[in-house]
Amino acid sequence: MERPLTNFIRALRSSDVRVSTGEALDAARTLKLIGYADRDLLKDSLGCVLAKSPDEKVTFDELFELYFSHSDRQNQQTDREDTPSDASSESGEAPDPVDLVESGDETGLAMAIEKAAEASGVDNIRFSTQVAYFAQQMVKQMGGEKLQARLLEALQQGGQEGDAEAQRLIDVRRELTMRARERAEKAFDVFGAGETQQFRDDFAADKKLSALDRSDMERMKRLIAKIAKRLAVKHSRRRRRRNRGQLDVRRTMRANAGVDGVPFNVIWRQKRKDKPKIVVICDVSGSVAQYVRFLLLLLWSMKDVVPDLHAFAFSFRLGSVDDVLEQNDFETAMAKILREYGMGSTSYGQAWSDLKIHHEQIIDRRTTMLVLGDARSNYGDPRIDLFREFAARAKRVIWLNPEGPALWGTGDSVIPRYRPFCAQVTHVSTLKDMERAVDEILSAYN
Amino acid sequence: MAKDLSTGYEPMTSIDAITAGLEGVGYISTRQISTAVFLALGLRKPILIEGPAGVGKTDLAASLSRWLDLPLLRLQCYEGLDEGKALYEWKYGKQLLYTQILKEKLNDVIGDAETLQDSLGKLSTFEDLFFSEQFLESRPLLTAMKQEAGSVLLIDEIDKSDEEFEAFLLEVLSDYQVTVPEIGTISANVPPLVILTSNNVRELGDALKRRCLHLHIGFPDHARERRIVRARVEGLDADLLNQMVAFVQSVREVDIKKRPSIAETVDWAKTLLLLHATALDETFVRDTLNVLLKHESDIAVIGPAVPKMLRESLVQKPGGRTSSGYPDLG
Repeated sequence: MERPLTNFIRALRSSDVRVSTGEALDAARTLKLIGYADRDLLKDSLGCVLAKSPDEKVTFDELFELYFSHSDRQNQQTDREDTPSDASSESGEAPDPVDLVESGDETGLAMAIEKAAEASGVDNIRFSTQVAYFAQQMVKQMGGEKLQARLLEALQQGGQEGDAEAQRLIDVRRELTMRARERAEKAFDVFGAGETQQFRDDFAADKKLSALDRSDMERMKRLIAKIAKRLAVKHSRRRRRRNRGQLDVRRTMRANAGVDGVPFNVIWRQKRKDKPKIVVICDVSGSVAQYVRFLLLLLWSMKDVVPDLHAFAFSFRLGSVDDVLEQNDFETAMAKILREYGMGSTSYGQAWSDLKIHHEQIIDRRTTMLVLGDARSNYGDPRIDLFREFAARAKRVIWLNPEGPALWGTGDSVIPRYRPFCAQVTHVSTLKDMERAVDEILSAYN
Repeated sequence: MAKDLSTGYEPMTSIDAITAGLEGVGYISTRQISTAVFLALGLRKPILIEGPAGVGKTDLAASLSRWLDLPLLRLQCYEGLDEGKALYEWKYGKQLLYTQILKEKLNDVIGDAETLQDSLGKLSTFEDLFFSEQFLESRPLLTAMKQEAGSVLLIDEIDKSDEEFEAFLLEVLSDYQVTVPEIGTISANVPPLVILTSNNVRELGDALKRRCLHLHIGFPDHARERRIVRARVEGLDADLLNQMVAFVQSVREVDIKKRPSIAETVDWAKTLLLLHATALDETFVRDTLNVLLKHESDIAVIGPAVPKMLRESLVQKPGGRTSSGYPDLG
């Protein structure tokens, strides 16, 4: 009776619900307590034990319905096998598929399918492309080869009788194949779908952002939301550090007033850590725009962790895009930004001087200045002097460059001249790179 | 009734018994809630309850304590809560006082000792005196462990505490024991039934979640809310009750800052009773909307829609609509 449970837990794990061994044991104990009899009760109980967040609950409910609808049949089968009347089919050969299909014995057929499914290991399915293969394996398990031989025989025999027989066998084979396919598809929904999703996500996270097309957008959005959540959980820890060795005289005296001022309970000064503040400056000229989209989406999804977040966009003139992002949904905002700032020839020097004149006070000692751009300034003055000033004001300057290091400094790229003032210059080409960069920035505040 | 040895509690025969028992003390349960309680008693595991404020998370613990006739020990979490407040503390003042009083007796004790070594030897026979249970101020966690017949331990708003405290709780929650260095490990004779509540101010650690059963209590559906209000507020006219619950349910469907929860519905019902209302009319609802809604901007959103909502709440059949299990997802 444990097998359905372990399989179910495997299905949950493949769909991104984390189930620890301890929880699996709890689930087994739960089963012992309540049994399989009451389905709703089973669902509520296992939900309590296995799914620990609203997201996980949703996944759990879906999988429970999928899984236990076919598992019910499996249980039925186990019950029947226990009865002695069925011993013949248990010990003997697989029942003749033709009899099985034509007798209309639904339970018998379902049993045969389950048995074949088990034998062919269909629950190990990973990809939807494997459905046909597993279906074929199952038909084979149910005596498909014998069926094929009989079919050939009938065809060779020819005549009216032979044709009728052949037709009958073809129908049986079609029915079997159909059923096997259904079963394999179900197995895929339960065990494979989650992992396929995972596989595709991993693949997308490693794909060059510039190579993405429209059809990837939805997946990327989902992925970014996931990454943002992961980073948020990691960095939402409370920021406080004990600064041992420095006595907080006032609080110590107050705390020990009750014991005549004898300092039993010593209180040390505590230093609160800086909350992260990020000022992101994005080059939105054609070559970089795609990267900007993802970086802004990622950062904006993390507003809870980084409330102090400001974005600027430029190609020639630089301006704040906070309001646009705040007031519109993301896609509209992005389109507006590109329309307003995306035209014009890129000039980093101009951008720095705009930043200096209009927004200089936004950069302070706890600010991480994040620049996303290729530093191709069309041979204009890069205004290193201004950039150095910003770098001195800010906590750190991080430069994310969509171009590979091999191209740095070639043509009109001036990244080597900015580099000495940056804490880090990183090549970002994939979502994973971006996650790493943002993770690194937030870690600096711990 | 025979006691179940493994848990120390009387074995709960069924989930229905729990629902009925809770109803007996005025708590209207759902199947999910009763199942979680059943499992908590059966598996000896804490329940972690999440959900919006005011849906009866804390009240479940209080009701359980009343029903099982066990003492309720409550630990309210906040930022900066530490062991000293949650577990135990030495009674420094008393220790100090006793040393002062005993000073005079010191001579009698040491008395004829000639050398320093001798007097130390004599004193050492009393060494554990000041670090004994007598001077131990037990806080909720330790008190819960020491209850002979078991207890209901409510750890309220665990999400407000620091992560270090969460880690510290792990020993208590999985082994039902606490360690006091000077005395030793104190384990519970009968493990307490632990209820943790969280409003999701921050994401709780996996380690904690793993040790708990997870229960999500959402907003109630029409039928359950009606029963809750009836259990809490006596003497409210049935038609009026129907209408007000339907109204609250429709307010919840609007996208506002803080949706009214059961606590607000009950307050509103009390208000209606106090003002001798016989039916909901527009001006009356507008005047008392501040009981239901706690944000100025929410009142501004709902206020103009009151007439329409009232008409709809009149039409609606009681119990005609049930909300899903987790209405506030998404």
